[in-house]
Amino acid sequence: MIRDLHNKLINQAITSEKLTEEYFAKIEEKDPEIKAYLSLNKEFALDKARAVDRKIKRGEEIGLLAGIPCAIKDNICVENLPTTAGSKILENYIAPYDATVIKKLKKEEAVFLGKTNLDEFAMGSSTENSAYQLTRNPHDATRVPGGSSGGSAAAVAAGECVWALGSDTGGSIRQPASFCGTVGLKPTYGLVSRYGLIAMASSLDQIGPITQTVEDAAIVLTRIAGADRNDATAMKSAETVYENCLSGEIKDLRIGLPKEYFEGEGLDSKVKEIIERAAQKYEKLGAKLVDINLPSSEYALATYYIIMPCEVSSNLARFDGIRFGKSIEKEIESEKNLVLKEIYFKSRARYLGKEVKRRIMLGTYALSAGYYDQYYKKAQKVRALIKKEFKETFKKVDIILGPTAPTSAFRIGEKTQNPLEMYLSDVYTVTANIAGLPAISIPAGSVKIEDRNLPVGLQLMGKWFDEEKLLNAAYSFEAGK
Amino acid sequence: MLSKSEVQKIAQLARIEITDKEAEKYSTELSAILGFVEKLNEANTEGIEPIAPARLATRSVSGGHITGAKNVTREDKVIEASSETKDKIIKNFPEKKDRFDKVKAVF
Repeated sequence: MIRDLHNKLINQAITSEKLTEEYFAKIEEKDPEIKAYLSLNKEFALDKARAVDRKIKRGEEIGLLAGIPCAIKDNICVENLPTTAGSKILENYIAPYDATVIKKLKKEEAVFLGKTNLDEFAMGSSTENSAYQLTRNPHDATRVPGGSSGGSAAAVAAGECVWALGSDTGGSIRQPASFCGTVGLKPTYGLVSRYGLIAMASSLDQIGPITQTVEDAAIVLTRIAGADRNDATAMKSAETVYENCLSGEIKDLRIGLPKEYFEGEGLDSKVKEIIERAAQKYEKLGAKLVDINLPSSEYALATYYIIMPCEVSSNLARFDGIRFGKSIEKEIESEKNLVLKEIYFKSRARYLGKEVKRRIMLGTYALSAGYYDQYYKKAQKVRALIKKEFKETFKKVDIILGPTAPTSAFRIGEKTQNPLEMYLSDVYTVTANIAGLPAISIPAGSVKIEDRNLPVGLQLMGKWFDEEKLLNAAYSFEAGK
Repeated sequence: MLSKSEVQKIAQLARIEITDKEAEKYSTELSAILGFVEKLNEANTEGIEPIAPARLATRSVSGGHITGAKNVTREDKVIEASSETKDKIIKNFPEKKDRFDKVKAVF
């Protein structure tokens, strides 16, 4: 889709200004119901679009993303724009700098339409934890778009942007992509800089694209990947042009089907059928299916629910009502003459949401004196175990295939009462974050529920830093449909 | 099972004020999650070194980093933020005096 629009731009069949206006019109039409956006950026976007148009008129060359309207998840800093992370504590925060990915995209002259809704600080699987608004699934407005990048996925699915950036700590790009029928890519940990992404769990977080096609995901990845002096964990230098690796040829590609991913208790039978059919299709396309076992996978979710809250509890200590964001004393008339400690306690109590507090407390407990070895260290050991298992497995296979999520999109309110039940919707996605692997969700079919067709995503996982093979495998499936 | 008073103690450490009613709710919820993660005790991790946390990316550690990064370093040089960036940071202070972040009395 990006390449088509790019061609239209350079052939002057359409201007970027017109295209951008069309997307704003689409937002105006659809967003009152979908509520994917937290803030729009119209003037700034149109200015950028016109600048690209002038360049085209002058006959200058432009990149593939130049003049193409996109959306940014609201936990990624864009200079001079509000960056709330979906939290009340950052309601009045204006980012003083650009995230590295934004700096790169600005260089590419991408047009930012606005910032999209998310679960508060990216903590959730339905976007219902946003402190601001409920985002609805474009395929059925009574259902959630998934999360935490629900705003980005819904915006892409509803045609309210061409593509969007999300972030993925335990499935937050892939699960909403699955629920909304879009492509969602979580790159290898360390391929994309996290600088300027509001940190949730630093050893798991990764920024990635949500798009309509696999080629679009490749195009965006090429332009956001690369080492960064501001993120010591971003280590791979940007050389690969991923969109040039999409031959669609997958003859003799070894695809592993982990027994554990097809026998899970909560796996919906119709979802299972779709994923099995997808595997058969890969066989027809020339791939070799290999039955594999990933016994340590059953520990992935428990490992995640230790490591993530521990890192959350230290990362979110900075939201203290003192350095930035909202402070209780400033906001509430009756709260005057407080001492420092009271500002911390009351600001955090009032402006952080329930799920965020739950995770901070869980992490605080697991890291507190006497518990570190029992929880965090144990979890990091299991993590090493899981990594080792994948290392062995990737000697036998090139790609691992399974469902992205155990079900299609669930109803709004269906899982808000029981946090553990909500956590289970990440059961297939967290493993890639735990192991640092790249993984992609692509549309594989849909299930019919009450006359609505709800999308189902197929998840492919690849070897560390082998996005080439991963994207090509995804592309082959998409092209062979 | 985490008791209400244990939850209050955690909330103290986390610098979050919670009501008695909230403490009760968190006691149930956190206990359920802790029960779930008990599963990890089944995993045999004998002789396995833990993966290093992200903040140690600049060092070599026994268990290694998740992607195998080692000794990622850069020149130890202060890079001054532009005055424009500084202004924007100052603008985000909830309370300020001149160009300083105003902090309350500690006691």
